[in-house]
Amino acid sequence: MHIHFLDPYEPRQSPVHRLDGRVKLVLALGLILALSLLPTPSVKQAEILRIGMKYALLFFSLLLVSSVARLGARFLLKRSFLALPFVLAALPLMFIPKAGEVPLAQLGFLALYPQGVLRFTFLALKSWLAVQVAILMIATMPFPDLLQAMRAIGLPRLLVSMFSLTWRYLFVLADEALRLMRARAARRGDGLSGLKRLLWDAKVTGGMAASLLIRSFERADRIYFAMLARGYDGEIRAMPLPRLSPLEQAFLLTGLCLFVLFVLL
Amino acid sequence: MHHSIEVSDLKFSYPDGHIALQGISFRIAPGEKVALVGPNGAGKSTLLLHLNGLLRGEGQITVCGLPLTTENLARVRRMVGLVFQNPEDQLFSPTVFDDVAYGPIYQGLDEAEVRQRVAQALEAVGMSHYAERVSHHLSIGEKKRVAIACVLSMRPEVLILDEPTAGLDPRARRTLIRLLQDLDMTMLISTHDLPMARELLPRTLVMDEGRIVADGPTQDVLSDRPSLEAHGLLE
Repeated sequence: MHIHFLDPYEPRQSPVHRLDGRVKLVLALGLILALSLLPTPSVKQAEILRIGMKYALLFFSLLLVSSVARLGARFLLKRSFLALPFVLAALPLMFIPKAGEVPLAQLGFLALYPQGVLRFTFLALKSWLAVQVAILMIATMPFPDLLQAMRAIGLPRLLVSMFSLTWRYLFVLADEALRLMRARAARRGDGLSGLKRLLWDAKVTGGMAASLLIRSFERADRIYFAMLARGYDGEIRAMPLPRLSPLEQAFLLTGLCLFVLFVLL
Repeated sequence: MHHSIEVSDLKFSYPDGHIALQGISFRIAPGEKVALVGPNGAGKSTLLLHLNGLLRGEGQITVCGLPLTTENLARVRRMVGLVFQNPEDQLFSPTVFDDVAYGPIYQGLDEAEVRQRVAQALEAVGMSHYAERVSHHLSIGEKKRVAIACVLSMRPEVLILDEPTAGLDPRARRTLIRLLQDLDMTMLISTHDLPMARELLPRTLVMDEGRIVADGPTQDVLSDRPSLEAHGLLE
């Protein structure tokens, strides 16, 4: 019994998948940075159109990448709705006026302001597109490659190794939790229903959380022993990574230049 | 000629006061394959953890002529390959390759040598095609074999395994026994699997309550029914 659905990687044969993980990580981070630097238009039709075009261009490019990666547009769009809850945080922007602004509409005691609506809309677009970039990145590279890429761009090794261990044992922990939940279901009996059952479940869940915590502690000890047994001395070591090929370097540079142009033009 | 493992009067109690080892002494000659049997809680795993210095008790331990001291710890760990009971704890890296390469990398070997060691170790356990796989997605039998490869890649002098056949289905068990048969090394294997001990390991140590209560040729030790009965080894 294993939990597989946590793994967001989608193995396919595609040029996007074959591209070196380091190039993908830097390009994805660069694109998200470029995206966040895009200005919000003021309430002029020409400006809204000009900046809106950039967002549209980016959106269609992402769809294109997704289909080149053989994931398809639907895959990307379906997952991108993960961004929705984050967008809610920006909702109040719509109701904040700029000096001397006339309300667009009145909703009960709240007034909608045009500049606020624009700011909200473009912020929502930004986060929605940024999430798509991230989804494309992790769907086209296995997690170990992502870890290597993080190491290559200079993230502290300790941090990368913490990500690595978390990733490795997340599955194990999830499996353990699943087994505990099954055991809970097996002992629940038929007598309970409604609120009583909910309370009973809640009580047992508390115990489960404690048990998972203690098991994780013990496991951490055993893993540390296993690391020591193979020579771990407090320093995190890894094999050197191969150099990027000239083609990959050129691709990376071109991509980054395009992003700069994208923001400036 | 020194012994591969020499333990004399080893005593250990856990921080909570539980006495796990009460004066253990034995020797294992180079090339010997030895079974360590005994009921749960006899102190088998505790003893194995002492043999490469993960736990430190009172008494003398000498590995390949080298006394186990804090200064020698790194060298002793290089000579004693310890395979844990639960492979999940031993396979802590993102991929099979990373795990098998872990030991050699910490031995300070260069990249080509590391790759060669990994290839040989995976070959020895019949897992050559699994290098890029994620450990979590392997079966228990495959995980156990990779865990052995993790230790073989360090080229140890002595191989120590804790319950290698526990939890395996008959075919995986058979594969593992064949694999261990083919490895020409000094071995100490803690196990409840008495048929495996009979088949694979010419000598048997019996442990109970932190002591060694029998030591001799496997056939003799395992046919002494009253003794086995007394130490909870008969069904």
